[in-house]
Amino acid sequence: MEWETVIGLEVHAQLSTKSKIFSGAATQFGAEPNTQACAIDLGFPGVLPVLNAEVIRMAIKLGLGINAEIAPRSVFARKNYFYPDLPKGYQISQYELPIVKKGFLDILLEDGSVKRINITRAHLEEDAGKSLHEDFHGQSGIDLNRAGTPLLEIVSEPDMRSAKEAIAYLKVLHSLVRYLEICDGNMQEGSFRCDANVSVRKKGDPKFGTRTELKNLNSFRFIERAINFEVERQIELLESGKKVTQETRLYDPNKNETRSMRGKEEAHDYRYFPDPDLLPVAITMDQIEKVRAELPELPQQKRQRFIDAYALSSYDASVLVTSKALADYFETVVKESGNQPKLAANWVMGELSGALNKANLEITESPVTAAQLGKLVQRIADNTISGKLAKTIFEAMWNGEGDVDAIIEKRGLKQVTDSSAIEALVDKIIAANPAQLADYRAGKDKLFGYFVGQAMKESGGKMNPQQLNEVLKKKLNA
Amino acid sequence: MKTVAELSRDLASKKISSVELTKHYLDRIKKFDKTLNAFITVTEDQALENAKKADEKRAKSAAGPLTGIPLAQKDIFCTLGVKTTCGSKILDNFISPYDATTVQKFNDAGLVLLGKTNMDEFAMGSSNENSFYGPVKNPWDLERVPGGSSGGSAATVAAGLAPAATGTDTGGSIRQPAALCGITGLKPTYGRVSRYGMIAFASSLDQGGLMTRSAEDAALLLNVMAGFDEKDSTSVDKPVPDYTKKLNNSIKGLRIGLPSEFFNQGLDADVAKVVQAAIKEYEKLGASVHEIHLPNTKLSIPAYYVIAPAECSSNLARFDGVRYGYRCKNPQDLEDLYKRSRSEGFGAEVKRRIMIGTYALSAGYYDAYYLQAQKVRGLIRQDFSKAFEKVDVILGPTSPTTAFKIGEKTADPISMYLSDIYTIAVNLAGLPGMSIPCGFAKNLPVGLQLIGNLFSEEQLLTAAHNYQKVTDWHTKQPEGF
Repeated sequence: MEWETVIGLEVHAQLSTKSKIFSGAATQFGAEPNTQACAIDLGFPGVLPVLNAEVIRMAIKLGLGINAEIAPRSVFARKNYFYPDLPKGYQISQYELPIVKKGFLDILLEDGSVKRINITRAHLEEDAGKSLHEDFHGQSGIDLNRAGTPLLEIVSEPDMRSAKEAIAYLKVLHSLVRYLEICDGNMQEGSFRCDANVSVRKKGDPKFGTRTELKNLNSFRFIERAINFEVERQIELLESGKKVTQETRLYDPNKNETRSMRGKEEAHDYRYFPDPDLLPVAITMDQIEKVRAELPELPQQKRQRFIDAYALSSYDASVLVTSKALADYFETVVKESGNQPKLAANWVMGELSGALNKANLEITESPVTAAQLGKLVQRIADNTISGKLAKTIFEAMWNGEGDVDAIIEKRGLKQVTDSSAIEALVDKIIAANPAQLADYRAGKDKLFGYFVGQAMKESGGKMNPQQLNEVLKKKLNA
Repeated sequence: MKTVAELSRDLASKKISSVELTKHYLDRIKKFDKTLNAFITVTEDQALENAKKADEKRAKSAAGPLTGIPLAQKDIFCTLGVKTTCGSKILDNFISPYDATTVQKFNDAGLVLLGKTNMDEFAMGSSNENSFYGPVKNPWDLERVPGGSSGGSAATVAAGLAPAATGTDTGGSIRQPAALCGITGLKPTYGRVSRYGMIAFASSLDQGGLMTRSAEDAALLLNVMAGFDEKDSTSVDKPVPDYTKKLNNSIKGLRIGLPSEFFNQGLDADVAKVVQAAIKEYEKLGASVHEIHLPNTKLSIPAYYVIAPAECSSNLARFDGVRYGYRCKNPQDLEDLYKRSRSEGFGAEVKRRIMIGTYALSAGYYDAYYLQAQKVRGLIRQDFSKAFEKVDVILGPTSPTTAFKIGEKTADPISMYLSDIYTIAVNLAGLPGMSIPCGFAKNLPVGLQLIGNLFSEEQLLTAAHNYQKVTDWHTKQPEGF
């Protein structure tokens, strides 16, 4: 039997405001427990929420970024449930009338085709605090620093058909929120969280199967693994004649499995109703246009520009626009290299990315600046150095030995392109290897490589390879 | 017993100091509050200290008109460093870490806080019998209730334990006790006064206001209390006039509406007579009287008893025994902690309303109850806005009866709810309302209710003050105090 996977994603993006969504308390991550919670965040008697205007601007940005309609009127509601890290006994969230309506994002599939993922809605809400169950000797600790942190929940349609598509969508969205500068995207710190609704159905079945909701997915890798595990689990259940239970499941990255957290029958009745402490949010066209005018170039637009202006492949362009910092870096390299986009792309995506990955550094932390790398690319392009030597020079630059020209100078690595010098060297090599010369001339063509090697060795790899080949060929066959 | 206006003149002319005045009221509280039970907390030391500061300001001529005037706050307003209970066991140990905006404003204006007054628990009640701190007695008859929920404030002002007090009004909680205790009560337009720091019962209905000895006093104090507050999104950013300025304007030509629905069979005949006499008085002052209709009045109680409990069920969820307030002994687990802290901490009426509200908001019932009630609310608003096309002020009884006996209605919540029949619609429509003393029925005070259009406090106060200039009902005092 052939099964089809159906995935819908709910992403919680923590908005990078300085203060909380309904109070003036700071939102900084990692402060001492309960030091960033004021009377409002703590749900003291008599306190009232006041909406932080900045979150509206950020929600509009996201709405424009996903090609959605911004609701002229949206309403905050109360989602009522009891939990110790929810100080008021309700979470303020948008329910029936969210601020961002239907939108979409396009993702690039592995076969190079583009798929549109529809987005149902995005709404604003406040985060809860954290309950800490370890280290309290059978009790629980509560940290309310996070309580009241602004979140934008972005809900997709069940449009993804594999874990890979889900990850592609998440990466596009992740990149978008950082371009828009509305979320720092830090998954470890929980600034960008994802819940996945996963179900399977027989291929061709118009009806969706029973879904489970996966939680605790805090890296792209875990999301992919959790979905794949869950899909296998559901298929196994169905193939052995059992049913999938609608429930919330927690992913355990250590065991790479999901396990039941709470069933449908334990689902809360949240008793939503409009929050009488807050007025409906009214947004005018003027407000939207003002935000639109301030929007940066977004990843999709940038990608197209890279393809058009630099003649990059669709794949290269997609990789380079993943983050604004990477795209900016690349464009500086192109500029400094004297317009060598293809070579620049190869170096940024190859040598540089590899080195950054190995050292676990962000592009913004690169020891080699974009200008430095640009000059290196330029020296390759103008034949001052060979590609092979460039790798050695890159390493030296990485280790802080300075700019490319300084390193070439210091190490005497300049490529030899002077034909008389090359001829002299070739003569020398041929004279020193009479036996090999005789064999070569007797028909052992393979020995050509031997002569190239000897010449490179002698010159320290500085010979221009094309010129060397030509001269060698000419002299050996003379 | 002097009014705030009189005391303000006495302080300005140095006839009396704030310390003397404050001591006078503190002595009266000591003497009479054992009988009345109107205060939950008396802030004696703080009051004397602040009175001293007020006198120093007066000496330096740095004083405002109300500097040094003593005031009682309903125990629903959070007061920094002072116990703030809302009449509930669940907050019996709660010391507020901040001042409500109203408290802050009165402090800034130099008024001296005497203490916190008793009230129905979380402002839920019409008799002050729902307080964890015991019922308040009506100074006019100690066997009777003072009304509620601002019963402590009403009794305090009626018995002269403070010249004025704050109250809050969600369904009549200022106007009904003012009527039953023979004082002046003002519930401003929803949004005129900040709700920040006023412990929420039903957020879309709650409004802070004043309980005083005269309309003039209410105007003086509203000058301090009213205004936009950036901490309360539902407060309205509208300029605050000097409410005393037009008090003496003539009301000749004022169009008064009498809703037929307010004079029907539920109204006590003696109360009706007194109210009719008051209306005659208005006619003598040059006002014209018109019959009007508020056809949806009968729906106001059912709508209110869906909306108010729904909001309260959510507002009171924060009292969970986790961060502050009452926590049960030896909780076994989280659920036990919640269940027992709340069961033991809340009183019967509060629990009843939390349950009604939780039910009304539940999946499958929301549309039938909450949404339906909101539609009714819209109809009631429409009734009033139509009426205000024809008239300037609506008059009628504040309460269908005078003060009833303690214990008389406790077993029958519906008859208790009906005592707010004339006041509740005003909250649903967000309008300003007043109650002023207009006579007696069987030796018990009767209140006349004045209802105005949105933000027409000035006009209401003028209408009330004109009446008080030609009558003396508001100057009557209960015997023995």
